This record gives sequence, structure tokens and C-alpha cells, in this order.
Amino acid sequence: MSIAIDRNKCVGCGKCRTVCPGSLIKLDDSGRAFIKYPRDCWGCTSCIKECPAYAIRFYLGADIGGAGSLVHTEKTDGILKWIIEKPDGSVSQIDIDPKESNKY
Amino acid sequence: MKVKKLDTDILIIGGGTAGCYAALTAAENSSASVLICEKAHIKRSGCLAAGVNALNAYIVEGKTPSFYADYAMNDAAGIARYDLLLTMSERLNKVTARLEKMGLVILKDENGRYAARGNRNLKINGENIKPLLASAVEGLENVKVLNRVNIIDYAMADGRVAGAYGIGIEDGAFYVIRAGAVLIATGGAAGIYKPNNPGFSRHKMWYPPFNTGAGYAMGIRAGAEMTTFEMRFIALRCKDTIAPTGTLAQGVGAKQINSLGEVYETRYGLTTSERVYGTVNENQEGRGPCYLKTEGITPEQDESLMKAYLNMAPSQTLKWIESGLAPSRQNVEIEGTEPYIVGGHTASGYWVDTNRATTLKGLYAAGDVAGGCPQKYVTGALAEGEIAALSMLGYIRDNEPADIPEEDIALHIAEAEKFTGGNNSLFTTEQLEEAMQTVMDSYAGGIKTNYRFTGAQLEIARQKIKQLVILSGRLHADDPQELMYIYELRERLTVALSVIAHLEARKETRWHSFAENLDHPEKSSEFGKKFVNSRLENGEIRIILRDITEGGEPYEHSDR
Repeated sequence: MSIAIDRNKCVGCGKCRTVCPGSLIKLDDSGRAFIKYPRDCWGCTSCIKECPAYAIRFYLGADIGGAGSLVHTEKTDGILKWIIEKPDGSVSQIDIDPKESNKY
Repeated sequence: MKVKKLDTDILIIGGGTAGCYAALTAAENSSASVLICEKAHIKRSGCLAAGVNALNAYIVEGKTPSFYADYAMNDAAGIARYDLLLTMSERLNKVTARLEKMGLVILKDENGRYAARGNRNLKINGENIKPLLASAVEGLENVKVLNRVNIIDYAMADGRVAGAYGIGIEDGAFYVIRAGAVLIATGGAAGIYKPNNPGFSRHKMWYPPFNTGAGYAMGIRAGAEMTTFEMRFIALRCKDTIAPTGTLAQGVGAKQINSLGEVYETRYGLTTSERVYGTVNENQEGRGPCYLKTEGITPEQDESLMKAYLNMAPSQTLKWIESGLAPSRQNVEIEGTEPYIVGGHTASGYWVDTNRATTLKGLYAAGDVAGGCPQKYVTGALAEGEIAALSMLGYIRDNEPADIPEEDIALHIAEAEKFTGGNNSLFTTEQLEEAMQTVMDSYAGGIKTNYRFTGAQLEIARQKIKQLVILSGRLHADDPQELMYIYELRERLTVALSVIAHLEARKETRWHSFAENLDHPEKSSEFGKKFVNSRLENGEIRIILRDITEGGEPYEHSDR
């Protein structure tokens, strides 16, 4: 698993870089974020939840069965929305209310 | 290197679960200055970065702390410290209430009481548990957090731990921190063995790949007594995503089945290690792959599982959605992970007294780095952080800080500058890391040998790891982050040598898979009453067998 950062969407706030538990994200010369060590991503999605521009997607590596779907989150009205874009263009969304406990 | 000198009453190395709670405890019970050094950023560092699915250590209504301690003793087949388990268990509910006050969502029943999941667990929404802990700490006046400073060694003075050395991975500075007392809370060690998916997804592992055993290695080098490294932790996980399985097993009652559809878990036993061992054995005997039987669960259960996994291991939900095969439509394939060294699940780590003092004066340990106290999970790590912090406050009242000798500082700076100086290394840090993982996988009971090993194999592992230690001394780093990677590799190599020595020393198979010794395939009554401890003396690992006491008798705790 790793992440892909859309350079054109990045606003250079550096929040993803701050929060990465592996210090894997850096800012380039123009101040935009990139993942310097893509193989070292744990897949924790901390950066994705921080990004105000929704510029970061995570995906499963092909070696663990990944087929190219991309995930990001958006938070609106206190609801964390997990948005999964599949390669065929279809989109799935799961909304999570952080105030609700897991059932399991 | 630019040198930065700092002074604090209490130094906490590692701002994860145990470290943050220790800081909170110290701040609330004293006016002592507290400094947390964290190699990433405390908001999402450590085991809880992605969240956690449940609180697995809680005393539910009608149960007692000794019930939990007995459970953990039994799961460890008797190799655990009852004094540590009990003192931890007594605090589990108090720290849970505190977490709720910080904002953690815990499921309640219609009467407003916590709804238990089984005999020991609470259901929560743990996605934001680490940000909650971090913000509680960041608001404290006497607590300072140094993010992105990687501690590389203890500073010793007057025969005690007097502080620590670190390297800023962004500013490149060399930090010399003098402290009245030091808490080690760096977590356990991943990445010593070859992972399930060593290619692009090598870090898609259960335990944080950034927990490199720094605390264990620093203690080993400084001559601390360490315990039970032979009790490795191997997790039973969802294939490929290495996501936890407890949510499926306990949440929807999914049983472990083989490819013939037979429930096999009952044939092997239900302790943590037996669940792994059964899966390995079924595969070996031609009845693989193995699954958790989820086919036939309801669409509502599917939906709840999708959400629960997003709150702790989002890759599993992605896999279900991407494949179009929700758990109700396809059983979830399972496998064992590579072995980890992690004192929050097994009993590996520092040999501590009941107050969580290590055998090194001035040094305390809490969380996954502290030994003897398995099944502590999140709440147990918090409890240990609290116990250790209170002990440290007592220590700094009675002991003056020591001055760190300048020549020791110079030695440590010289070592770091050697790695950043001229580059004549044939090998890269990554190559040596992969070499270490291959050695451990092949000769010290990794996935490749179904976690089994012989004494002859361990001897080969020892020689090969020692060779890698020599090679690692010649590595080169271009920047502070690469320098951190060199130190991390050397930490893992140090831990690997101790793991090998411990596996060799326990001449029995007490836990299947965790320590499957083919020379001694049965349990031994003699070793069933012994801790395998060790201490580095004159560069050699000396094994110390210590008796397990009966009825809560105190433990031998030399060097103090």
C-alpha cells in the first residue's frame, strides 16, 4: 500500500508532512508535497485525513492484490466520508459518524 | 554537527500511547518539567496512527483485576509476571474513564453503562484515539514536545541513566538532553524478520514498521537486564492487508476453517499462539488456504464491518470494495505474520520491578518496551505509563540529576559524523536490512520455516547477523533521515542477536509458533518455572534464568 499525491491539487500546507508517522512525505522546491519513500508507507491514512485540498489518495499495491482503486476522505458536518474511486469510474462512499461506536 | 543541549526533570522517549499518558500523569501530579522526544509527530505516531478497533483490556462488570491477570498468565502458558499484570489490571478502568473524558467514543447500553464485547473488551470508535491523547498532552504547561528528534542512545553518568542523545531528523542537530529521570516508551520491534509481502508492500504489516526496537537496543547496549525475547508475537491476520482478525472472530463469530470447510480452531486450542499454529499446520498438511468463515452474514453485518475496519485498518475495507466481494459473499483468507517483538502482546522487554523501574538506575519503562506483562494493549500501556510516571516523580525527589561527561558526548557525535562523512560503503542501509530479514527468516524461525528452528540454524543466524553488524558500521548517510535509518538498522540487529540468544536458551516449546524449537518440541516442567533473561556483559549476551514466583512474591531485581 502507498499513497499518491496530486501535485496540481496540493496547496503546500505541509500538514501531511507533519503527521506522517514515518516522516516519508517531503515538500519539493516549489513547496508541494511528495512521498519520498513510497515503499515505506504503512497505510495508516493519517495524511489523507489531514489534507484540506483532498489531494492525497491511497491504494493497495499490486503485490497484495490491488487493482487500482483510489481512496480519500472528506469531512463535512462532522461526518468522515470515505470515497473510493474504482478504475471503471464508479464511486463508492461510506460515511462514518465519529460519534458512533463500532458495532464490533 | 550543531549541538543543542537541553535540561528536563523527566525525559520521555517516545510519544506514543504509554509516553503520552506518562506525561499527562506527571503534569497532573507535580510541577516537574517534562520533555517528550518523538521521532515522528505525536499526533499520529506509534501503534495507534490509524486507530484501534476496541479496548481489549478492561475489567467488565462482575469480573476482577485478578480475572484479567489470570487470563493473561494462562495465554502466556505461565511465563508472565503476576505482580505486573495485577498492578496494570487494577488501573485499566480508571484509564478507560479518562480516555472517555478526553473524547473517546465508547459504546454504551440502554442504561448508560459500557457495552462489553466478551469478557474483557469494550467497543469504541478508536479512529481518533491518538489525536485525542496528543491534544491532551499538547495543552499542558509543563510538558514540552520535541517532534522529529530520534533518540539514539542513553547518556550514562555516575552509573545511571542521566539523559539521552538524539538527532533531529529535520534540523540535523545533535541533541544532548540531561534529565532527572528517563522513561523509555519507544514500543516494540517490527522489521527484524522478512515481512509477509517483502516487495512494494513491505511495510503493509500489522505492527508499525517505524517501531524499530530502539528502546530494547539502547537497554541491551547499556547492560539492562531484559526478559523473554524468545516469546515472539506472531499475529493471525487477514491475508495481504494484514488487518486484525479479532473484529471478525469476536464481532460476527467467524470461525477458523480450512479449505475443506472444517472448523479447525478447536483442534489446536484457542490461545493466541495456538490460533496461529493451527493455521500453519492446516496449510502444511494440505488443507490450506485457511479462512475466517464469514459467508452468510447479513448485509447489515457487512456494513458494520466495513466501517469498523475503516476506523483501524482501512486497507481491508478497500479490498472488500475493490474486489466487490464483501465478507458475506467470500470468506476472509487468513495467514500468520512475520514475528514481532512486542511487550504489549507477549512478555518481551525490560525486566522491571513492580514500579516499572528497569535495572538501570534512573530508567523506567512502560508500554510495549516493558517486559513481563503481556496482553496490555492500549489501556495497559496507559496504566503502565501512569505507574512509571508516579515512580519517576518519587525518584527525582530523592536523586539529583547527574552531569553528562563531555567525552561521552564527543564519542556519540563522532559516531554520527562517521556515518555522514566520506562515502566508501559498498552496501546501502536498505540492502543490509533486507539481508538481516532474510537471515532471520531462514535461520531464526521466520515465515519461511513455518516459524520453526533448530539450534544449528540459530548458530548460523548468529554468525550472519554478527557479520551484518560489522558491515553496518561502515554505512553512509547523506541526510539526517538516512542517518536515522542507519541507527534503526543497528537497533534491529542488536535486538536480533538477543532474540537468537533467547530462542536458543529456552530449551522447550512452550508456545507453538511463537517459539517452536525443533530440538525441544515439548514443554519442559523445568523451563515452565523460569524466565529467560539476559544482559550484555563485555560484548557477550549472558543468559540469566530467573524463577517464576508463586502467589505474587516479589522478583529478584539485581543492579539496583
